[in-house]
Amino acid sequence: MKAIIHYFKTIFAALKTLVKGMAITGHYFIHPKEIITQQYPENRDTLKMFERFRGEVVLLHNENNEHRCTGCSACEIACPNGTIEIITKRVETPEGRKVKQIDRFVYHLSMCTMCNLCILACPTDAIVMSNDFEHAVFDRSQLTKILNKPGSKLMEGVRH
Amino acid sequence: MVFNIYDFTGLTEWIHEGLSRSLSPGLTLVVEWALIGAGLLTLVALLGLVLIYLERKVSAVIQQRMGPMRVGPWGMTQTVADVLKLLLKEPLMTRNADKFLFNLAPFIVMTASFLALGALPFALGLHIMDLNIGILYITAITSLGVIGILLGGWASNNKFSLIGAIRSGAQIISYELSVSLAILSIVVLTGSLQISEIINTQQNGWWLFKGHIPALIAFVIFLIAGIAELNRGPFDLPEAESELTAGFHTEYSGFKFAFFFLAEFINMFILAGVGAILFLGGWLPLHFGIDNSFNHVMDFIPPIFWFFGKIFALILLMMWFKWTFPRLRIDQLLKLEWKYLLPLNLLNILLMAFIAMQGWYF
Repeated sequence: MKAIIHYFKTIFAALKTLVKGMAITGHYFIHPKEIITQQYPENRDTLKMFERFRGEVVLLHNENNEHRCTGCSACEIACPNGTIEIITKRVETPEGRKVKQIDRFVYHLSMCTMCNLCILACPTDAIVMSNDFEHAVFDRSQLTKILNKPGSKLMEGVRH
Repeated sequence: MVFNIYDFTGLTEWIHEGLSRSLSPGLTLVVEWALIGAGLLTLVALLGLVLIYLERKVSAVIQQRMGPMRVGPWGMTQTVADVLKLLLKEPLMTRNADKFLFNLAPFIVMTASFLALGALPFALGLHIMDLNIGILYITAITSLGVIGILLGGWASNNKFSLIGAIRSGAQIISYELSVSLAILSIVVLTGSLQISEIINTQQNGWWLFKGHIPALIAFVIFLIAGIAELNRGPFDLPEAESELTAGFHTEYSGFKFAFFFLAEFINMFILAGVGAILFLGGWLPLHFGIDNSFNHVMDFIPPIFWFFGKIFALILLMMWFKWTFPRLRIDQLLKLEWKYLLPLNLLNILLMAFIAMQGWYF
């Protein structure tokens, strides 16, 4: 008797779970608005990437063409692929003190795996991941980028 | 007016008379066969195009995708592009394949589907052959397809094909029982195997509603076992792309593959058609009670639309199953049939016989 009750119980439990699954897919079927897929080239103008998407490393500049990079090379050390090269120079300040500044922040996009370690390593939050993902170029030399803009300098008060 | 969308008897008689007037009886028969063949081919081609597109779109929306969108508006001509691609592809064959059987297999599968289509009534008077054992004929013919699958799997000289084919054989042998018993429980009520007779008994209501709970159980079992017999949905072990690459049609390419693929969709159409005939009244409109305005409104819709509407509703249900449930393991598949569906079906048919004997159905 117990076995028979168990037998029918399993049948009803199975039907219940099947109906539950069908309710979920049925909901998706009658709500085509919930479709996640985007029609990419068509919606290029309105495309909005997610905040967490890692497109490429950029060095932030403010409106006065100032960045927050002190040239400490923490990102260079953190990078597992040797994607980042920090080339520094010695600059004399008006007070006559010699300080280290970045000359070129070289970023090899072709080697980057978007692992985010450089951003985590940066003590001054100078670099971030941008959402831009259209990196296709006709020559791979174009993938080696210099991130600091020409004539830019360190922001006042940022120190390592 | 010869052409009447509510009754095709006049049209078919007009064609027959017109042909007999100028041709000998034998030649008339040949021309009529040719016409029927052309009609069926057109139907199958259209069904293939529509159903494959439908399947892709339904599966896409269920999985929150968009499906084909690039070829034509909303990807409508995607299937045409696919068919053209398949036509242009090279028909390859494995080195030690059995050439004759390898080439024969897709035709057996396709022929079985076409033979079964002949017994479906599409509308009043649009019925190719109304055999007095129509429903038995359909069950017999549809199980022929598995021979093609077995041959294809065997002749391919490929382990995946062979495993797929053997699985398909085991599956059909098991589930054929359940399908037949589910059909039988409706035949108990109709008292006839003739399809036109089965439809006529549903003039005052469909068997799904008239037969109480046993009919409902029979309908569910018919759907489950029928889908298993189609090698589709959660029972697609013979193909099982994640474990057997493509199962029995791994080695097929080009149009021979298209034949297998098309036959699967035509079989789906046939199964939905049989389900519609037995449980949903074939081409009969939906009626409640006798002689009220609702019935007249329903009568206004031509029977051919009713039949195709019911079929497409059932096909949508099957697609819903396929894209919701995960595939069964082979032991689960056999357990489901022999330990659950078959005993339940036997009990159900006893119950149905009792109801029919007592005359408790409407």
